[in-house]
Amino acid sequence: MRKIAIYGKGGIGKSTTTQNTVAALVEMGRKVMVVGCDPKADSTRLLLGGLAQRSVLDTLREEGEDVELDDIRSTGFCNVLCVESGGPEPGVGCAGRGIITSINMLEQLGAYDESAGLDYVFYDVLGDVVCGGFAMPIREGKAEEIYIVCSGEMMAMYAANNICKGIVKFAKTGSVRLGGLICNSRRVDREKELITEFAKRLGTQMIHFVPRDNDVQRAEINRKTVIEWNPQAPQANEYRQLARAIEENDMKVIPKPLPIDELESLLVDFGLFN
Amino acid sequence: MTAETLPPLSQGEVSEVRNVSPSALRQKMLEGLPAKTLRKRSKQIIENDPEKPPEIAANTRTIPGIITQRGCTYAGCKGVVMGPIPDILHLTHGPVGCGYYSWLTRRNLVKVPPGQPNFLQYCMTTDMQEDHIVFGGEKRLAEAIREAYRIFKPKAIAVYATCPVGLIGDDIHSVCKQAKEELGINVFGFSCEGYKGVSQSAGHHIANNGVFKHMVGLDDTPVEHPFKINILGEYNIGGDAWEIDALLRQCGIKVIATLSGDVTYDQIIRSHQADLNVVMCHRSINYMADMMEKKFGIPWIKINFLGAEATAKSLRKIATFFGDKALMERTEEVTAAGMALVRPVQAEMKAKHSGKKAALFVGGSRAHHYQHLFAEMGIETISAGYEFAHRDDYEGRRVLPNIKIDADSRNIEELEVEPDPVRFRPRISPEARAKLEAAGFSFSDYQGMMAEMKKRALVIDDISHYELETLIKTWKPDIIGSGIKDKFIIEKMGVPCKQLHSYDYGGPYAAFTGAVNFYQEIDRMLSSKVWNYVVPPWKKGTETQL
Repeated sequence: MRKIAIYGKGGIGKSTTTQNTVAALVEMGRKVMVVGCDPKADSTRLLLGGLAQRSVLDTLREEGEDVELDDIRSTGFCNVLCVESGGPEPGVGCAGRGIITSINMLEQLGAYDESAGLDYVFYDVLGDVVCGGFAMPIREGKAEEIYIVCSGEMMAMYAANNICKGIVKFAKTGSVRLGGLICNSRRVDREKELITEFAKRLGTQMIHFVPRDNDVQRAEINRKTVIEWNPQAPQANEYRQLARAIEENDMKVIPKPLPIDELESLLVDFGLFN
Repeated sequence: MTAETLPPLSQGEVSEVRNVSPSALRQKMLEGLPAKTLRKRSKQIIENDPEKPPEIAANTRTIPGIITQRGCTYAGCKGVVMGPIPDILHLTHGPVGCGYYSWLTRRNLVKVPPGQPNFLQYCMTTDMQEDHIVFGGEKRLAEAIREAYRIFKPKAIAVYATCPVGLIGDDIHSVCKQAKEELGINVFGFSCEGYKGVSQSAGHHIANNGVFKHMVGLDDTPVEHPFKINILGEYNIGGDAWEIDALLRQCGIKVIATLSGDVTYDQIIRSHQADLNVVMCHRSINYMADMMEKKFGIPWIKINFLGAEATAKSLRKIATFFGDKALMERTEEVTAAGMALVRPVQAEMKAKHSGKKAALFVGGSRAHHYQHLFAEMGIETISAGYEFAHRDDYEGRRVLPNIKIDADSRNIEELEVEPDPVRFRPRISPEARAKLEAAGFSFSDYQGMMAEMKKRALVIDDISHYELETLIKTWKPDIIGSGIKDKFIIEKMGVPCKQLHSYDYGGPYAAFTGAVNFYQEIDRMLSSKVWNYVVPPWKKGTETQL
């Protein structure tokens, strides 16, 4: 079983990219579980055709300790397994601790057991690595492969660089490695070259360049991945390529985060500060 | 202060003990420390000069890896200042441990009249679970307050925040405000999360602010008495406050409230009617004394009821403030009777124990006050230090303007206090005050510990276990006054240790009767033959490696 976590700046398209990629993997016949690690509990909406009914934390709160795997796990497109960690409403409690609790719960219930026959588990994690709780998927070997979604926009690259710092911290003591950057295009000038170079400097690769396409939006309005909504759409093939690249990826590294001035000079070199 | 006017405690010099000079011992304690630690500890281990107390570093962060005696901010707020009040229902908001382990641990005794509530026997906590951490604990707290009210119908409920509450950002103050409106009783919260500040001292300050904001001045029903005072910073450990109270009553002085020892909610809300505040533990409650002076015009003086001489001096000082002839005469009678009681015991003790040595590492005033009691037995204090005090408690309040405010202190709220438009009333005219001061009477002042210690005695702030062990191995004091975290380590090294936080199982030690009690207790400990049977590890040749 490959354990993959997707990180990236808020709003960069992590959930969309994750679900479309997972859709491509299950279409290929792989057995996949997606664990949404965002208190909004909207990481599996496209795979399930709507919001998951109950999050792990809601269930835990209502049922006490007597929780069954089926109470918190739903089946979606091509038998993909979907779990939402859930969490508190904005401004209260501790969402990070919630993620720790729910991943532990899933382990206890045997969601990762060999008998589950999983080929992949994907963690879709909210925003930047803000605190210990959000780093949970990369601690203690919960996720071993990280993909960072970014674009050629400066703040997205800053965030990616920061996430790399988090990976370095945990890579030293554990098995977590960076698998690559996924460029989710914002149509920035020379974006592909920029991210390819950025990835190289980080010691990794740009594993795929996902062009911007309004079909993604159209599919989302229909609560579907592009692959489910229109399997023939060109964008569906982009996600299939990404899925295949991940499937075949054997470049897993401890990244070398850039000093801030180097990151900024990179942007200058590619003409973004003109 | 010149050598001629030095108080008796600080006369003479600690030149050497067991052939080791204070500077040699200091060197030994500092030997081998890493550079940064050395720099810091060098400023916290000081050879005293009572005439001109040298600067000591205090109220700074403990160095990680050093075993410290200190407690946390929650302990200072809930455990020390608020904890002793029996008719306030104390509710700890947090996981169960903080509430449980602060339950009945400090021996702050109370006598509750039949029919009156006493919540000190209970341990009240919201018992937060993981669920409340993740989703927030405000609802849980609101429910707990309601439940507590339903069962106990207290006059007031105080809520104490523990570390996780601060981390997840529960707004305990708005929960308390709502509960106050809903239940019609006084409900207030303390943001005394353990991680704030460098020691429990921060918790004292937070508690002072809360008592002042939410209680002091609520009840203007007149308290009729010609000589009414509050005692601040007296926690009635082992019954100390009762001894002091009885003594003052004999003199004809009324204590409205003792903060906080066997005191009721009603006494606290009327305490702003006192004519004088007398401060026992300067460290934990000087904030309150200052705020009450600014808002209500109540002057404050430092007193000390530990030691017979100190007790006599304190009684006279209070009587002098009021300047009433009959009061002063009664005070003299009470003092004379007290001294007559202690003198024969002192003589007996001096004959037995003169020349013995004590070391005191405790509290924020205790390491100072108990030196008086030891001195009265002929026992010399060769080294002392506080656990959580600030520079002013060592060097005197004159250094206050020069104390560096660091980030840790800035973290603790400093209340802006204005004179009360209606109730501010200077208790003494400027002329009368000036006259008293001209005669050597000092208001709002504390000289600190160092002025009353011998020259070259070692003053050690926030002592570490390593330093304490070095001190015992080298100087081997006859007795050490300390707390529970060190007690058994000291005793295993063959030195009797008196706990001066909780008094072990003893007390009271305040006032004249308490002094006798203390001499006899220390005599018993020093006379025990059991210490000769303890072979400390370094005398066994091989030290057990853990």
